Parts: sequence; C-alpha cells; structure tokens
Amino acid sequence: MAKRGVVDYIRETQVWKSIFRHGPPTNARNRAAVVAGNVFLHLHPIKLKKSGVQLGYTWCMGGLTFFIFLALTVTGVLLMFYYRPTAEYAYNDIIALKEHVPLGIMREIHRWGAHAMVITVWLHMFRVFMTGSYKPPREFNWGVGVILLVLTLLLSFTGYLLPWDQLAIWAIAVGSNMAKATPFLGHGGPGAALAQIGDFVMVSDKNDVRFQLLAGRFVGEPALLRFYILHCVFIPLVVGVLIAVHFWRVRKDGGISAPL
Amino acid sequence: MKELINWLADPIRSFPIVSVLFFFMMKYYRVVGSKKFAKWSLIAAAPITVWFCMDANFRAIILWPDNIPINIIIVLIAWLTWYALYRAAENDKRIENGECPIEALPENREKVWVWPNLVFTELMCMIGCTIFLVVWAIVFKAPLEEPANTTWAPNPAKAPWYFLGLQEMLVYFDPWMAGVVLPGLILVGLIAIPYIDTNPKGNGYFTIKERPIAMWGFLYGWIVLWMYLIIVGTFLRGPNWTFYGPFEYWDFHKVVSEYNVNLSEFVWLKWLNTPMPSNIILREIVGIILTLVYCCVLPVAIAKSKYGKKIIENTGQIRYYIFIILVLGMTSLPIKMVLRWLFSLKYIIALPEWELNL
Repeated sequence: MAKRGVVDYIRETQVWKSIFRHGPPTNARNRAAVVAGNVFLHLHPIKLKKSGVQLGYTWCMGGLTFFIFLALTVTGVLLMFYYRPTAEYAYNDIIALKEHVPLGIMREIHRWGAHAMVITVWLHMFRVFMTGSYKPPREFNWGVGVILLVLTLLLSFTGYLLPWDQLAIWAIAVGSNMAKATPFLGHGGPGAALAQIGDFVMVSDKNDVRFQLLAGRFVGEPALLRFYILHCVFIPLVVGVLIAVHFWRVRKDGGISAPL
Repeated sequence: MKELINWLADPIRSFPIVSVLFFFMMKYYRVVGSKKFAKWSLIAAAPITVWFCMDANFRAIILWPDNIPINIIIVLIAWLTWYALYRAAENDKRIENGECPIEALPENREKVWVWPNLVFTELMCMIGCTIFLVVWAIVFKAPLEEPANTTWAPNPAKAPWYFLGLQEMLVYFDPWMAGVVLPGLILVGLIAIPYIDTNPKGNGYFTIKERPIAMWGFLYGWIVLWMYLIIVGTFLRGPNWTFYGPFEYWDFHKVVSEYNVNLSEFVWLKWLNTPMPSNIILREIVGIILTLVYCCVLPVAIAKSKYGKKIIENTGQIRYYIFIILVLGMTSLPIKMVLRWLFSLKYIIALPEWELNL
C-alpha cells in the first residue's frame, strides 16, 4: 500500500468531503465531477473540442472580459468605502484615496481595468466576427453581446463623472450634449420644434433625455448622484443578468463555436 | 521629414491613404497575412517607432496616461488583424486545394477534458491579466485634474477615448447624426448582422474567400471608420478641435480659417445667382432631392445591377434592402468627408429652423 501523506489525511476528513464531493482529478470520473460539481466551474462543459482551448482560436478575450468585470466589481466595492458622491466630498475623497490609503492602487486598477474591459470586449467581438461565430445557432447570443458592449461603454462612461474633476464634468458635458440632439426626444434635435402646441413646448431643456440623464439642465450634483447609482448599482445589475444569459446560451448553443 | 508626416497625417490626406492601404490589405491579404510580411514590417516599424518617440511633442501625446489604452489597443489590433488574416489565408489555401479548414481537422475536433486543459488556460490568462493590470496601475497613476469648475471649460473638451470616433464625426455631421442616429445605426446594424448574413460558410473558422462581403464591410467599418477616427480624435485633435500633426506642438493660438458653405447656398447664390428663397423647403429642395435619391432610388437601382441581383438571389428582398440601407448609412460618412474636403460643403440639407441638418 502507498504511503498516506498529510494531503490524503485531509482529503478524508468529514470537513473536506463536505466541501468537495469528489476525489482528486486524476481519473476521468473525478475530472468530470470537479467540473460538474463546482459552482464556479459548472458553467463549463465536461469536455470540449480542442479548438475551444486553443488561444490562437479563442484569443481568450471573452473570458478576460468577464474576469476584468469581476476585478472591477471588487475594486469598485473597495472604492465605495472611501467615496461619497456629493459635490462637496467627491473630489477630496479621491485625493484622500491617493494620499492616505496605504499601497492604494485600487483606483488605478479600477480605472485602467475599465479601459482594459472596453478593449477586451471589442477584441472579443472582433474574434467572434472573424470566425463567423455569430452564425446560426448563435444569432441571439451575438445580439446579447452587442447589448453587453453598449452597457460596458455606459459603465465606463458613467464612471467618468465620479472623480468630479475638470476631465470628469467636461467629458460628461460633451457626451450629454449629444443626447440633447436626439431626434424628437432632445430639445436641440430635429423634431423637437414640431412638438409644440401654441405656446406650450413639449420637449424643452427641462424634460428631454439630457435632463433625465443629468437630472438637471447642467452637469451638477444631481447628475453626480444619478451617475453614481447608474455606475454602481443599476448597470452592473443589468450586466450581471445579461452575462448569465450570454454564458448560458454559449453552453446551450453548443459551446464555443467550431466548424460545423 | 517631420513636416511631411505632419502634412500627410491631416485627415484630408491620411483618410484616403488609410482607405487605399485597407483596400490593398484586403486584396492581397494572403501576402499581408504571411509570416514573412510580419517579420519585415516589424523590422521596418521598430526604428520608425523609436524615431517617432524621440520627438518631445509626439511623446507628450502618447504618454499621457489616459492615452495609454489607445496605444495598447492599436498594437493589439495591428497584431490580431495580421493574425486573423494569417489564419484566413492558410485556411483559404487549404479550401482551394479541397481540404478542410485547420479548425475542422480531426485532431482539432477531438474532445479534451475541461479539467485540466481549459481550467489551466483560464487560470494562466487570469494571472497574466492581473499582473498586467497591477503593473499598469503602479507605472501609470490615474490622473486627477483640477476640481470641477463649471465656469471654465478646457480646450479641447474631449469625451472618453472610445467615443472620440463619434466626436470626430461631429466635424462632418450635426450632433443628432454623429451622436444619436449613426451610433444607433451601428448598434442596430451589428445586431442585425447574423440575420442579414445568411451565408452558411465560414461558421467557426477563419476565412475571407468564403465570405468576402461580410469581411470587407466589417473590417472597413471597424478599422477605418472606427479605429482610425478614434486615433485622429485622440492624437491629432487639439484646441478648438483643430488638426495638429503628430510632431506639432499644441499651440492654442493656431488659427485655421475654414469657411464651409451649405449646398443651398451653392445652388441659389453661386450657380443661379439669385437670393435665397424664403420658403425653406424650396430653399433646400436640391439637397432634399439628392438625399431622397441616395436613400430611396439608389437601393432600387443597385438592386437591378449584377451584384444587387446576386445578393437578392441569395438572401431575399427584405434582407437586401435592410443591408443596403445600413451600407448607405455607413458610406455616408466617407462621402460627407470627401465632399467637405473637396468643396467645403457644410450641409447637404441645412434646416437650422427645424434643427435638421444633414
């Protein structure tokens, strides 16, 4: 009989067995059990085509996007401990983050991670297009992916306002001025002038899409709170749901694409 | 030499250059997508990059912390586009010889265990990504400018870099087109792709020969109309959204006299030599007719042509018309750019009374 080490002893304790319901993944049965019985791994199939693990085929961009999303969630929550979304405190809280938090690179990771996520999403789409992976049966999931792209950009965009510095408010000013020009819905867009009955203006700067976005006519404190909630709660929730749909569909549509 | 590059980088010249380069890249993708080509372009690009970076003005632009992501994506896109062309060229050669694509070889279709094959790859990617982000975060501090001040606007006020392609389009279009309608069309068009492109070939492997229209269309939009415009908007647009060459100092006093004329002014004042009519519809009638021809007559005319017939035969009427409208929406940008440069044309339809400029 082979010598039993400490590892084997631990593996046989009731505590270990209650957490991991399978043995070491050294044989086929246990390798399947590891993937099927682990909440973090069970999104994977048990086996997949070899092309699905080749970096030259997948570029790993979808996986990295999800990983960066998780990293941003974690660093974002950590940042929330230090940050208050008011015009009075926001800027100083960012300064404090820089000066008083030991080894503070959370803000850097969060900011560069946001850029990196935009990059990986784009490159993921690029790969999916180049390999024709949007073709049946994956049409719907491509559409979900496009919505996730939009939400990624919106997440990044809403985060821009939070430091409350010059770059923040003017970048948002440029962006929200485009919303002003939405046809029929923005007061500076075509069609707004038609929506007028006598002296009563239906689309004005007090009720158009830009007003809804900024919660006011200019980038000010109400906009800061609105962008904060959008950035930290609303959009991440929607993204979370859509990521679940996206991954589930990848499995149901036959896994990572491969030649038919 | 630097003067020449500054001169060439102006969108008036660099946009046609990039478009022509794109045309050659796609036409000779088998040459471009070869290891030899990659090797020689790297050998050629290395000293040029070093020489570029020796210039203080150029370095100041590319090392600005918020521009680092764009440097990264430029390098990644250059590499991955080459790599995709390389894989496509290999597959196309095989398909011509009657073989299957590399991805469809029996050894690549063989199934492997997720544990440890995929899980290990994922772990390595996650570790690599973490290291990359941490190093990036240590080397480049997140910038923080002066506190928000609503009474003093920076010049230029730029949107986040991934929207700078749209901001660049503001030069040629009204905000409602550049900021709302065209981005909307991009998204609707992207979602519509799988429903328009009914070509069953090229599903799950790299190829260009088997789906040329999809490849040309997507790559032109992605590389030339999206990435190139972002690069221009980030690196080459300075104060007042004026063009600055890559070696040029961003001098706030640079004045560019530019006077753009609407089509209606051309028609009534210049050609017919009469004052502008007071009826606004009559005033803009030529532009309205041209736009209607572009949006309504052109699709029908193309449908009658050889290519149009072929597309309709493959996909059907409805798909054809959705496809052609999306393509015309996309080509409206280069058309507008060229008209601006050649004729200083501002708007084809100018109805500021209705906020409707086209």
